[in-house]
Amino acid sequence: MKQKVLIAEPSQIIIEGLQSIVHDSNCLEVVSVIDDISMLEERVLAHRPDIIIINPGLLPYSSQMPATIELPEGVFSVALVYQYFEQAYLRNFDAVIDIRDSKQSILATLANIGNGTESKKNTASEVSELTKRERDILVLVAKGLMSKEIAEQLNISIHTVISHRKNITRKTGIKSVAGLAVYAMLNNLVGEQQTSEDGISHGE
Amino acid sequence: MKNYLFDENMKMADLILIKPSLILLLPRFNIPLGFGDKSVKELCRSHGISTDFFLIICNIYSFDNYVPSPDKVIATDMSMLDCYLEASHRYYLEQRLPHIANHISRMTCEMHGPAGEILRRFFEEYNSEVVAHFKYEEQNVFPHLKKLLANGKSGDYRIALYSPSHTNIEDKLDDLTQILFKYMPEDVKTYEAIGALFDILQLSEDLKKHSLIEEKVLIPYVEYLERNQER
Repeated sequence: MKQKVLIAEPSQIIIEGLQSIVHDSNCLEVVSVIDDISMLEERVLAHRPDIIIINPGLLPYSSQMPATIELPEGVFSVALVYQYFEQAYLRNFDAVIDIRDSKQSILATLANIGNGTESKKNTASEVSELTKRERDILVLVAKGLMSKEIAEQLNISIHTVISHRKNITRKTGIKSVAGLAVYAMLNNLVGEQQTSEDGISHGE
Repeated sequence: MKNYLFDENMKMADLILIKPSLILLLPRFNIPLGFGDKSVKELCRSHGISTDFFLIICNIYSFDNYVPSPDKVIATDMSMLDCYLEASHRYYLEQRLPHIANHISRMTCEMHGPAGEILRRFFEEYNSEVVAHFKYEEQNVFPHLKKLLANGKSGDYRIALYSPSHTNIEDKLDDLTQILFKYMPEDVKTYEAIGALFDILQLSEDLKKHSLIEEKVLIPYVEYLERNQER
C-alpha cells in the first residue's frame, strides 16, 4: 500500500518538481496539493494523508517564527525549507527536506519516515477471520476455562494461550469472557448448553 | 479549531450548544431548563451550586484530555460531590438501563433460535454487575465521604480499599456494542438494533466520564480529607 502524501506549498514550480520526484517512487502517492494553509485541516480530514510535506512559510508567524501544526496521530509532517530556520523550530517536524537536496536524498527521507507507520497499517487492515486454533481456544474460553486449564488441555504453553487470546480480542473487538461466549454462540462455534453454566454466568 | 475550557462567565446556553450532552447533567444538579441567557456563575449561584465544582464536571464531560489537577480538586468546594454522584447513579439505574433493557427485549423477541436469549442474558448479567458496583459505592464510599464532609471525621473505612475501576463493566458494554453492530444475526429489525446501540454508546460514554470523575476527583479529594483527619 502506498503512503499518501499531501503537499502544502505556494510555488507551482516546487509543487510540480516534488510531484515528479514522488511519482518516481513506488511507495508514495500525492493525494492532495494545497497552496493555502486554511485548507489544511479539511484536506487532512478528507484525504487521510500519511505524510504532509509543508513549507513552513505558509504557516502564520508569531514572534518571528512560523506556528507549529497539529496533526492527527499517525500523520507525519515534513518541513520543506528554502530558507534558514532555527533547528529548535525544525524539531517540531518529523523530518526536513531542503530544496537543494538531491532526488535520492528526498526519497530516502520520505521512505524512512514511512517505515515507522508500516506496522500500524498492517494491523488495521488485517483480516479479522479467526484461525482454526484461535477458534478452538475461543470455544474453551467461552466454556469458562482459565488460560492455564486451556494450556493443559491443548498441551501448549500458557504464553501461547495468552497470545492467542490477545489475537482473538484484537480480531473480534470483544474483551470480556462473557462477551466472547456470546460471540462464540452467535457464530455457532458452541451450542448454548455447553456454555450456559460456565462462560455466560461467570465472567473472569 | 479547539475550544478553550468553559469558564464561569460563559452563558450556560452556549456551553450546551458546544456540548449538547451536557443537558444530561442538569437534572443531576437540580437545574431545570429555561435558564435564558444566564451565565454559568449566575445559574450556579441561583441554585446554590459551587460554580467551580460545576465547571470541573462540565469540562471533564466536554474535553477529552481534561483532568483537573489535584491542587484544583482540593481547592474546590466539593460539598455537592456525593449528591452529584448519587444523582448520576439514579439516572443510570432508573432511566438509562431500564430503557436499554426495553430496547434489547423488543429486539431479541424477534430473533430465532437461542441468540435472543443469549443476548438478553448477557445484558442482564451486565446490569446486575453495575447494580452491585453502585451499591458498594453507596454503602461504603459515599457515607465515608459524607462523614468527612460533615465533621472531618470518618469511621473505619478508607478510600484505599476502593477501586473505581469499572473496567470489567465498561468492557462488557463495549463488547455489547461490538456484538450488536458486527455480529448481529440478520433477522433483527435494524431500527431496534440501532436504537439499542445508540443508547448503549451514549451510556458507555457517560459511564467512562463518571469513572474518570471518581478516579480524578473523588479519590484525590477523599485522600486529602483523610490526611487532614489524621493530622
